[in-house]
Amino acid sequence: MDLFEYQARDLFAKHGVPVLDGDVIETAADAAAIAERFGGRAVVKAQVKVGGRGKAGGVKLAADPADAVAKAEQILGMDIKGHTVHKVMLAQTADIKDEYYVSFLLDRTNRTFLAMASVEGGVEIEVVAEQNPEALAKIPVDANEGCTPEKAAEIVAAAKFPAEIADQVADVLQKLWKVFIAEDALLVEVNPLIKSGEGKIIALDGKVSLDDNAEFRQPEHEALEDKAAANPLEAAAKAKGLNYVKLDGQVGIIGNGAGLVMSTLDVVAYAGEKHGGVKPANFLDIGGGASAEVMANGLEIILGDPDVKSVFVNVFGGITACDAVANGIVQALELLASKGENVTKPLVVRLDGNNAELGRKILDDANHPLVQRVDTMDGAADRAAELANK
Amino acid sequence: MAIFLTKDSKVIVQGMTGAEGMKHTRRMLASGTQIVGGVNPRKAGTTVDVDGTEIPVFGSVAEAMEKTGADVSVLFVPPAFTKAAVVEAIDAEIGLAVVITEGVPVHDTAAFWAHAGAKGNKTRIIGPNCPGLISPGQSNAGIIPADITSSGKIGLVSKSGTLTYQLMYELRDIGFSSAVGIGGDPVIGTTHIDALKAFQEDPETELIVMIGEIGGDAEERAATYIAEHVTKPVVGYVAGFTAPEGKTMGHAGAIVSGSSGTAQAKKEALEAAGVKVGKTPSETARLAREIIAAQA
Repeated sequence: MDLFEYQARDLFAKHGVPVLDGDVIETAADAAAIAERFGGRAVVKAQVKVGGRGKAGGVKLAADPADAVAKAEQILGMDIKGHTVHKVMLAQTADIKDEYYVSFLLDRTNRTFLAMASVEGGVEIEVVAEQNPEALAKIPVDANEGCTPEKAAEIVAAAKFPAEIADQVADVLQKLWKVFIAEDALLVEVNPLIKSGEGKIIALDGKVSLDDNAEFRQPEHEALEDKAAANPLEAAAKAKGLNYVKLDGQVGIIGNGAGLVMSTLDVVAYAGEKHGGVKPANFLDIGGGASAEVMANGLEIILGDPDVKSVFVNVFGGITACDAVANGIVQALELLASKGENVTKPLVVRLDGNNAELGRKILDDANHPLVQRVDTMDGAADRAAELANK
Repeated sequence: MAIFLTKDSKVIVQGMTGAEGMKHTRRMLASGTQIVGGVNPRKAGTTVDVDGTEIPVFGSVAEAMEKTGADVSVLFVPPAFTKAAVVEAIDAEIGLAVVITEGVPVHDTAAFWAHAGAKGNKTRIIGPNCPGLISPGQSNAGIIPADITSSGKIGLVSKSGTLTYQLMYELRDIGFSSAVGIGGDPVIGTTHIDALKAFQEDPETELIVMIGEIGGDAEERAATYIAEHVTKPVVGYVAGFTAPEGKTMGHAGAIVSGSSGTAQAKKEALEAAGVKVGKTPSETARLAREIIAAQA
C-alpha cells in the first residue's frame, strides 16, 4: 500500500524524523485557520499518489490565510495524471538552502535492504540515477544488523554529505530506518531532505509504501487505506475476502491460483484479438478450495460488474477435485437465483486435472442454460471472448 | 536422479499438527515421501497417527534431525511464526527447508534469508509462498498433487503453483525428473537460476521448463544465466502480459513497477537467450513436446 504524503509525514513524525508542521484538509475554507497557526504563510500541496504534482500546478505558496483558502480551492478537485485531488496538505514554509535525497527500500534483486542517498535531491531520483549515477550512493543494509550508527556514517560518507551536516543526516537516517522497520515498509523515501537557513535537516516531502502481508501485526495500517478511492467492486470483493483486481475489459475471469489467473487474462486478451479486441474484465483468484460459497461470492462480484459480457471460469484441479468445483458452480448459480440475482451472462467453464471427467459430467447433467463447457484453456478463452463480442 | 529431493530424503514437517499440516502430511505420505517426524514443542514426545502410520513429534528441528536423520523440513507454520521456524531450521543446519506459508511479511523473509547467509548458506530455502517440490515416484515435499503426472525427463521450475500443475498435467506422458515451485513473493530462497543450474547438472533431466511471471528481474537474470551456462533446451512461459502497472496480481511479488518487471521484457530476455517462449501454457507444453520428439 502506497501512502499519501501527509500519512508519510505522520509516520516520520511518530518515529522522530524531523518534519515541518502540517495539516490535511478536504475543504478549502479550513485552510485559513491552519495558515493562521503557521503565522500566515503556508505551502498548499495536492495529496495524490503520483509524481510530478509540482509541475502540474499541485503545489502553491500562499502569502496569507485568505490566499491559502484561494490556493486550496484551486488545487482541490484538480486532475493530476488521472488522479483527482480530494485532499490538500498545508505545510509550514521552509527556507531551503540545499536539497538532498535519502531512502531505504527492498532490493528484490539482491534479496536485501538498500539505502540510497544523494546530495542532489529535489528532482526525480530516477533522473539522477540515469544521468549522474555516481551522485547516487547505494549501500546494502543487512536485515538483521540494521542501520547502525556505523552504517549511517557509511551512507553519509558514500553520498558525500558536507561535514557540517554529516551527524544530523546520520541521525535522520537512523530514525528513518526505525520507520522502515517498525512500520513494515517496503519503501521510505525523503525527497527532498533539506538544509534550512538555520542549518537544520528536515524531511520536506516523503513517500512510504507498506507491506500488505504485515497487516496482521500492524493494526493501525488499516486506517491508512484510501477507501474512498477504491473501486467499489474491489472494495466489495475485499470485504468478501476475495483476491480481485478490476480491469477494463469485458470478459469476467474466475480461476484458481494467481499464476493461472494471470495466464488466463493473457490468453483471453490474446483470443480477444480475433473477437473485436475484447479484453479481460478482472483478475479473481478464488484459491485452492473453490467451494460453492467462494464460487458464489466470486460470481456475484463479477456478474455485478456492468462491463462484463461473458464469464470464463478456468479451474485446474490439482489438490481441488473438479467435481467439487463443478458442484460449486451449479450450487452458486442456484444460490444467486434464490437471492433474486438476475443471472443472464453466459459462463464458459473449463475444468481440467483431478477428477475432470466427473466434474464435466456434473455440468452436463445440470444442463444450465447459461453454462457452456469447453475443455481446453485456449478453446474456452476463445469462446468466452467470442461471447463477449456479441 | 532428481534435484534437491530424492527417494532417500527424510522429511520432517514443522507445523504438522495444524489443519493444513495434517492434510498435506497425509498427502505426502500417500505419494511415497519418507515422513520421519513432526515438530511441535508443545506436543514433543507424542506420536500422531496418519492413516495408520505413527509419526513421532519432536520438540525441535535439531532433535528431530538427531533422532531420525532428517535432511528436509517442510513448513506449514502461520505467517506470524514463520521467521522463527525457518531460523530454527537454519540453526539446526538442515539441508533443505521448504516454506509453504503464504503471507509472510517481507521483512521476515529478508531477515531469515540474511540469517541463512550469515550461517554460511548450509540450508537451501525454497519459498516462501510456494507449493514446494516433487520428484515424481520418489518424494514429494509440499502441496503439489502427485497423481497428475509421472516421472520422466523434464525439469520444471516455476513461480506459480497452478501453472506448475497445468504443465505437469499436460506433459504427464513424458514425465518429470523434478518440479520445483519457487514461490511468488518478492524475496525467495531458491531462484530460477539455482534450479536451472541443478537441472543442467542432473543427468536425468533432458529439457527444462521455466515458468515466470511479472515483477522483479529474476527471469531476466535467469535468461543471462541460460545463455552462459545452460546447454539443455529450455522452454519458457511468462504470465501477466495484461497486468496493469502498480497492481499486485495475487502473488505479493507479482507487480509491474513503472516500466520494470513487465512480462514483455522477460519474454524478450528469454528469447534472446535462445529459450522458446509459449504464448499460452498449452503452447508451451507443445513446444516442449516438439523438442523432446526431435531428440528421440
